[in-house]
Amino acid sequence: MSEAYAPQLVEVAGPTSGALMRRRIFGHKGLMFGATLLLIIILMALLAPLLAPYDPYAQDLSRRLIPPIWHEKGTWEHILGTDNLGRDYLSRVIYGARISLLIGLSVMVISGLIGSALGLAAGYFGGRVDMIVTFIVTVRLAMPLILVALAVVAMIGGSLWVVVLVLGLLKWDRFAVVMRAATQQVRSLDYVIAAEATGASTPRIIIGEVLPNVLPHLVVVASVEAASAILLEAALSFLGLGVQPPLPSWGLMIAEAKTYMFFSFWLIAIPGTALALLVLAINMVGDGIRDVTAPGGRN
Amino acid sequence: MIAFAIKRLGLAVLVAITVSALAFLLLRASGDIAIALAGEGARSEDIENIRRLYGLDRPLLVQYLDWLWKMLQGDFGQSLFFKTDVGPLVLAKLPTTALLALFSLLFALAISLPLGILAAVYPNSWVDRLCLSLAVAGQAMPNFFFALILIIVLAVWFRVLPVSGSESWSHFVMPTIALGYYIAPAFMRLVRAGMIEVLASDYIRTARAKGLSGPTVILKHALRNALVPVVALAAVQLGFLLGGSVVIETIFALDGLGFLAYQSITHKDLPVTQAIVAILSFVYIGLTLAADLANAWLDPRIRVG
Repeated sequence: MSEAYAPQLVEVAGPTSGALMRRRIFGHKGLMFGATLLLIIILMALLAPLLAPYDPYAQDLSRRLIPPIWHEKGTWEHILGTDNLGRDYLSRVIYGARISLLIGLSVMVISGLIGSALGLAAGYFGGRVDMIVTFIVTVRLAMPLILVALAVVAMIGGSLWVVVLVLGLLKWDRFAVVMRAATQQVRSLDYVIAAEATGASTPRIIIGEVLPNVLPHLVVVASVEAASAILLEAALSFLGLGVQPPLPSWGLMIAEAKTYMFFSFWLIAIPGTALALLVLAINMVGDGIRDVTAPGGRN
Repeated sequence: MIAFAIKRLGLAVLVAITVSALAFLLLRASGDIAIALAGEGARSEDIENIRRLYGLDRPLLVQYLDWLWKMLQGDFGQSLFFKTDVGPLVLAKLPTTALLALFSLLFALAISLPLGILAAVYPNSWVDRLCLSLAVAGQAMPNFFFALILIIVLAVWFRVLPVSGSESWSHFVMPTIALGYYIAPAFMRLVRAGMIEVLASDYIRTARAKGLSGPTVILKHALRNALVPVVALAAVQLGFLLGGSVVIETIFALDGLGFLAYQSITHKDLPVTQAIVAILSFVYIGLTLAADLANAWLDPRIRVG
């Protein structure tokens, strides 16, 4: 997801040469670890039909609540055991990656488009446009996000796309704030003024000159937002007001397992760990990109 | 200062009106409460009657202005599920959530201040790396999952705390940890960055040159200046904590605004949901206003510029 941007960053980092940038990227342990972990999860999601040993929806009530393999009663037939309806847990966890990644990516794109457009406009034009955008952002920040998302999703009726749309339309604030600040910084630099002097059109300046130079900031915010959208979906689904059964959303799996958690702790531990690892991977990639694109470069 | 305060207050009122209108319209547009009220299998005449009875047949703008006007007089309407006045219902739960948010903020500060200072005093050392790793790990942990782990460890295995409820102070411990740990990393990073910047400044070098001891310089001279941005973040995070209490209060059945919000949402009790959204927004607007005024008072550059 996020590391797809990395090759472009080689060009936008300014004075550092390509070779130096590559060394920075590959020398950054956190970034490498996060990117590897994220890649594994993405591959898991893409290859789910090949990797999953069973149908994630197939119930077998005669094989309910089988513990995972490290437990003394575990069996190799179900490496991560089965849930309360006898569904293979490994298959559900693998398919669950698809839902989390889909949510993270779609919400990131929707909120990224809205927020970046607002932030770029505010930062580039300034004056009245900036005032209006700042007001819109202030209004958005004053709304309790989780509460409004929960209420709206519950009123419309929970489904994957309703969750994506509601979160996407609500979560653009950070994009707007960061893009506004970054654009303001770039706006007064020589090459933007030079482009204006040569008579380049406003859209051309914004897309051709400003956007490439604020891209590193955009990528970092995008990673933060994708991670936070994934956590929010999990929380909504956990409360029963997000993605609906029988979809194998990790948050929903934890909710379904809550009744059994005192006797079968692994039922919440497995999807919970999967969720934490995915968010960890995305955050580490985001932090890493911020480090290697920072002027001077950390590490 | 007064001119700045008046301008800032005017903005706050404008934001409050816009937010309340938006929240009202958003919730109204998401579903038809007349159908929800009438229940399943209701005849269309019944639905029409309910619509007239609750004034839902009027234009949305009129409904909004009516709701806003009554709310300003303290009348939040009738709860559809609890069958009582919304105002007293919501106000009774507010202290629990306010306490939880405050405890969580204090808990987060109690972890993040010492760790942030340590990380700044020894930058790039193993202490710094450890703090940073803790922050990254903490930010990745879903708070509802962490809450369940706390229940299993502290309430089931060690039996030191009650699983759920809100009868005593001990019922607040786990919700406080589960809600507070999540905002600690943001504070830690801010304290660390602020301290590193301040510690490199001239007046700290002067203080050191005067022969003041390390702890005195750090705690008396540096920390005070590094804390200015922390005040602004605290206001924003307090708003997040109030909203985030929905998840945590529901898990621990802590009888506050968040739990009430969850109940009202699942029962499609729109008047209660609307009142809670409005109140939490107003609290957030009030907090950020207070933080802005405090910062303007601390730093004259803000109120002039």
